[in-house]
Amino acid sequence: MAFITANWNPLGEAFYRKIELYEMGWSLRDGLKECLVAAAPYGGPIALLRQPQRPSSSARPQLEIYSSSGANMASFPWKSGPVRQLGWTVCDDLLCIQEDGTVLIYDLFGAFKRHFSMGNEVVQNQVLEAKVFHSPYGTGVAIVTGASRFTLATNIDDLKLRRLPEVPGLQGAPSCWAVLTQDRQTKVLLANGADLYILDNTSCTPVTPPGLSPQACSIVNMAVSFSYKYLALFTDSGHLWMGSANLKDKLSEVDTKVRTPPKQMVWCRRPKSQQPSVVIMWDRLLLVAGECTDTIQYTLDEESVCVAELDGVRIVGGSRHELLQEVPSACQDIFKIASMAPGALLLEAHKEYEKSSQKADEYLREIKEQSVLGEAVRQCVEAAGYEHEPETQKTLLRAASFGKCFLSNYPPEPFVSMCRDLKVLNSVREYTVGIPLTHTQYKQMTVQVLIDRLVYRKLYPLAIEICRYLKTPEYQGVSRVLKHWACCKVQQKEEPDESIAHAVSVKLGEAAGISYSEIAARAYECGRTELAIKLLEFEPRSGEQVPLLLKMKRSQLALSKAIESGDTDLVYTVVTYLKNEMNRGDFFMTLRNQPVALSLYRQFCKHQEQDTLKDLFNQDDDHQELGNFYVKASYKEKKLEARLSLLQSAVDEYNKAKNEFAAKATEEEMKLLRFQRRLDEKGEALLGLSLQETLHALLTSNFHKQAEQLYRDFRVPDKRYWWLKLTALAEKDDWEEMEKFAKSKKSPIGYLPFVEVCVKQHNKYEAKKYVSKVTPEQKVKAHLAIGDLEGAAEAAIERRSEGEISTVLSRCSPTTDRALLERLNRARSTAAKK
Amino acid sequence: MAHSVRRDAPELPDFSLLKRLARDQLIYLLEQLPGRKDLFIEADLMSPLDRIANVTTLKQHDVDKLYKVEHKPIVSTSDQLCFLIRPRIKTVKWICDVVNADKAFGRFRRYKIIFSPQKFYACENLLEEQGIFGDVTTDEWSFYLLPLDDDIISLELPEFFRDYFLEGDQRWVRTAGSALHLLHSVYGPFSKVYGIGRCSKMAYESWREQVEEGEQRARQAEIGNVFLIDRDVDLVTPLCSQVVYEGLVDDIFRIKCGCVEFCPDVTSSDKSIKVMLNSQDKVFNEIRNEHFSQVFGFLSQKARNLQTAYDKRSGMDIKQMKTFVSEELKGLKQEHRLLSLHIGASESMMKKKTKQDFQELLKTEHSLLEGFEIRECISYIEEHINRQVSMVESMRLLCLLSLTENGLLPKDYRSLKAQFLQSYGIEHLLTFSNLKQLGLLVEQQPGETLTVMESRVGKLVNDKTAGKLTDAFSSLAKKSNFRALGRRLNLVPKSDEEYDLRVPRDMAYIFSGAYIPLSCKLIEQVLERDGWTGLEEVTRMLNGHEFAVTAGSNGSDARVKTDSQRIILVMFLGGCTFSEISALRFLGREKGLKFIVVTTAITNSARLLESMLDNHA
Repeated sequence: MAFITANWNPLGEAFYRKIELYEMGWSLRDGLKECLVAAAPYGGPIALLRQPQRPSSSARPQLEIYSSSGANMASFPWKSGPVRQLGWTVCDDLLCIQEDGTVLIYDLFGAFKRHFSMGNEVVQNQVLEAKVFHSPYGTGVAIVTGASRFTLATNIDDLKLRRLPEVPGLQGAPSCWAVLTQDRQTKVLLANGADLYILDNTSCTPVTPPGLSPQACSIVNMAVSFSYKYLALFTDSGHLWMGSANLKDKLSEVDTKVRTPPKQMVWCRRPKSQQPSVVIMWDRLLLVAGECTDTIQYTLDEESVCVAELDGVRIVGGSRHELLQEVPSACQDIFKIASMAPGALLLEAHKEYEKSSQKADEYLREIKEQSVLGEAVRQCVEAAGYEHEPETQKTLLRAASFGKCFLSNYPPEPFVSMCRDLKVLNSVREYTVGIPLTHTQYKQMTVQVLIDRLVYRKLYPLAIEICRYLKTPEYQGVSRVLKHWACCKVQQKEEPDESIAHAVSVKLGEAAGISYSEIAARAYECGRTELAIKLLEFEPRSGEQVPLLLKMKRSQLALSKAIESGDTDLVYTVVTYLKNEMNRGDFFMTLRNQPVALSLYRQFCKHQEQDTLKDLFNQDDDHQELGNFYVKASYKEKKLEARLSLLQSAVDEYNKAKNEFAAKATEEEMKLLRFQRRLDEKGEALLGLSLQETLHALLTSNFHKQAEQLYRDFRVPDKRYWWLKLTALAEKDDWEEMEKFAKSKKSPIGYLPFVEVCVKQHNKYEAKKYVSKVTPEQKVKAHLAIGDLEGAAEAAIERRSEGEISTVLSRCSPTTDRALLERLNRARSTAAKK
Repeated sequence: MAHSVRRDAPELPDFSLLKRLARDQLIYLLEQLPGRKDLFIEADLMSPLDRIANVTTLKQHDVDKLYKVEHKPIVSTSDQLCFLIRPRIKTVKWICDVVNADKAFGRFRRYKIIFSPQKFYACENLLEEQGIFGDVTTDEWSFYLLPLDDDIISLELPEFFRDYFLEGDQRWVRTAGSALHLLHSVYGPFSKVYGIGRCSKMAYESWREQVEEGEQRARQAEIGNVFLIDRDVDLVTPLCSQVVYEGLVDDIFRIKCGCVEFCPDVTSSDKSIKVMLNSQDKVFNEIRNEHFSQVFGFLSQKARNLQTAYDKRSGMDIKQMKTFVSEELKGLKQEHRLLSLHIGASESMMKKKTKQDFQELLKTEHSLLEGFEIRECISYIEEHINRQVSMVESMRLLCLLSLTENGLLPKDYRSLKAQFLQSYGIEHLLTFSNLKQLGLLVEQQPGETLTVMESRVGKLVNDKTAGKLTDAFSSLAKKSNFRALGRRLNLVPKSDEEYDLRVPRDMAYIFSGAYIPLSCKLIEQVLERDGWTGLEEVTRMLNGHEFAVTAGSNGSDARVKTDSQRIILVMFLGGCTFSEISALRFLGREKGLKFIVVTTAITNSARLLESMLDNHA
């Protein structure tokens, strides 16, 4: 504790400290000499491309990937072309930019993912220098070619190459350059001797930084800050210029008194820091320069690389990994010697309290008197976040917790979440994990991304622990991790399908929101179709299975799954797919076994492809439906001949279907049509009428003979014919013919209809003629129909039917003859008695 | 005359919320196409749309002109066209033609298709095939439910019946599931779900799936239990002539989307009048559930009351008169107007229905239901066909005969069919093929006893799980078993007793006391038994697929009969009739329950049979 300020170095108002993060676990014989090194920000992995020991044509360089603590993750000989630059993408993939402009992408474990090219022009001219940069759009690559032309790709996942305009007077590579992202545009800033240019999509603009010392005749190095807000330039006169990246303001200028061009220069600036500062590295010297003329100097005893971070600079060397940063103000307040800040007092109070000394009370009282206890707690909590040593963290948090006891309504959230954050941070800073994140970086990158990174590193158990500990919702947390685990698991080629499927199902079990189809898709990508199918079995939502099954060409299975899902859209998707994929016969056969799909397809065909429908029935030997199909088609046909031939086809099909009835009916229809055609020639428009209508039409237009013929030919039931003729005659008031007809033979429908029909045509006179012929049972009705009450009464009384007498009575009105009424009533009572 | 309402009957939930939801979404969708636009509306969406958003609302959201989709070239001059349609291939095809015509003409417009209630892949596929997928934007208006009245909600999908039961097309099943899900999320959680029929089961499963996918909120349930029923469980009821006022109005004048158009001879003026028929109409509300024979008496009583109310004026002083005019007169006038309309309607119906023909028709129907004098019935039907009284009516009687008699004897089947074809045209060969497929009109299989048939059905049902059975085949094997069901459930009351229609004693009153609708009886029985136990025989005869699931997580306090437990949602898949709704209202009054009827569409015998015709025109 006492030495907490031992590694602090003052610079102007601020202090800088260098903390050792790890003792590197790798064993590099020559350190980082002769190596191409790339280390990802946010405590990411480190890639080394080591040149062979003895340069010979056969020896190949070795590509190695390590965690930040130096644990080996991959190592393999480099077999492709010469590499200019290494870099990491935002999602921890390694970019290897070759001389010929090809960019190869490897994952964290050295597995090749894909490659792309920076353009054809590069192949000839070669890449002189390249840079990998990060922007809100993703990871980008910028190169400068042997022809001194720049090419940019802002986002390698959505590759669009932009060739920037020529820079006047530039030969070979510029003395130094950097990529800037400003106003949603990516530009290149480059220095050619003392000239500075900004290169954007369309133009090359010379610029001058305000107040750059005039002694300089060349800018030899430049650095852009992490946020692209600040720019630092190093001149051959040893001056360091610091200013805003838009070159409008100058922050400061420091004479470093070193004239050698630096090896590396990076910004070391935390958000809300007190002063801008830049770390410059030479072979044996590390220098921190800020606003004042003083600098901090560290000697370097080994070859090192600086990695810019959001809130500091990491220095990776052959044996050590260190973090250099400005001491945050909260820490300064608490730990600065003789500090009287509330936090410092609280820490002191707590220390005394632990020693059971009454001084604790004095300190506490002092804080309380100034009523800054809340502030004290806040400082302690904040400072704990900035401290790297768990012991220091604990001390600060204990002090905070102690102070909290004396506050009544201090919100617990900051304290609790800081405890949680630190627990997570300490576990990922662990040597075996090797992600040295600071609290500031962690907050910036979010838990989700941290979990992702752990997942990429295949640290599944830790990721799950963290999710559970932070109570991340299953769907975003544990389930997601498990899914990645399973995706990784299915790539293990040596294990048999069975055991993988089993292992996956056991582990994933009932976890919410697991998409087995995604895992299966991964298995399929790895060429394990059988495994993919097995995994799909676990997918509870059958709808999710379908697209993959189709991709795997298991269309039959896809179809039954789609049907199982009950989602007709899905069924239809599969059907359309099958239709294009299979030959017709197979397609129909498939449908045949799947009635749901079949009916769907039929629906579709009905609207879209009538002919296919026919083929479909043909294939199935569904003669009944084929018959129906032809009948339907015949109605659309205007021409009689075509219509008849369609109907003939229908007859054939119905015969095949053993549906004699339909066949006969259709034949009769054909007969009728032919008959109608003959009459058509005589000027009667009958085509298309039903038999009944035809008959009716014939009878009303005096074609009695033809009607008779139809009646006989079609064996029309007598009853129907009589009804028909009767109504037809009545309609055209052909009473004479009707009488003749009535007398022609005994009516099969009786004579009541005659009466009724006449009455309907308001011809009571004619109606009366038939009343007498009506059977006794219907007499009453007949009489009533013509309004002959007396007759009805007579008939009813004669038949001694109580019901009929009542009917007659109900039709009587006050004007009816008394005598008749009495007679009826009497008859009713006698009938009732009986 | 109005039935005494049990005092403990629970309040119905407020369904106007559904309308608000639909309107808000529609407005949002319209605003997705900013600027003035012409709106083309599918013909059968017009009336439902009118209930949701009137023309003024549409105009407020930049709709310039409204057109009905007529499948003809368009004349719009607007630069933006919006189509509000059902997801039908035919309509989409038409839109493709419109767009392609514009393209050929070199005309640039923006097109937006809003599918209601959802889009189908088939439609999008068609857009793609026709090469206009990139030219149009598509959206879904999830307008699943239209509240027609306080207790009736319709999906307004009349094609559901044909598509599912005849064509075996299951695409609307998910829609039904989504509709249920919507109700569940707004008025649920439901505590218990009963159902019968294959479609019901699928709709239920689709709903469960959607519930599991979505998040759950604990809320006060407004609807307790749900009953799902397939239309083909009971095809007899919708085929019977309706004699309850509301049903009769539907049969004769056709109620469309809760609205009826009374022709001039009803209104006794020279123009027809559109009238909304719902519980807002006080006169209608009191007579809608009454047997027709009672309506006239009621209306005349009402007229007398009205007169007395008017007459009050005579003895009034100025002040009383003032209050009378300001408070009562308007209501009285309104009532007066409605009363005269309903009297006109009743008269017109009376003319049609008290004629000899109708009485005989009813008699035949009742004989069929009771199973008496079948020979006479057949000759009546024959005469009916021969005289070409009405095609649909003839078909209805044939179907009733087949359903109640478990199919026609082969001889009758042939001869009746032949006569029918001669009378109404050969094209009905296709109609018969459809009726057969659906099991509405079938031939008795000679030499096949019931048991053989049933064992086969059983086997087929088992195979169904393997997905081997074609739907057509299953309906071939379908038997209505009406007689046996009637005996077991006591559907046909003994005819020798006099049935007093003024004081109905059971649901049979909706068919003049001749028949208790099977669908409603099933609901009653299942609710009484809290499940299907004891009804095994019945469900076997109905082809199974029954289920009863406790859906709510709060299984323990389901015992408590809260108000919501007494609100029962009945969902008819394939349509229901007004008679059935009346029967359920009656049942509700008897048991102190409230029924909410959700149906894919309001149907009746004519609509049901017309959907079986193959329109070749």
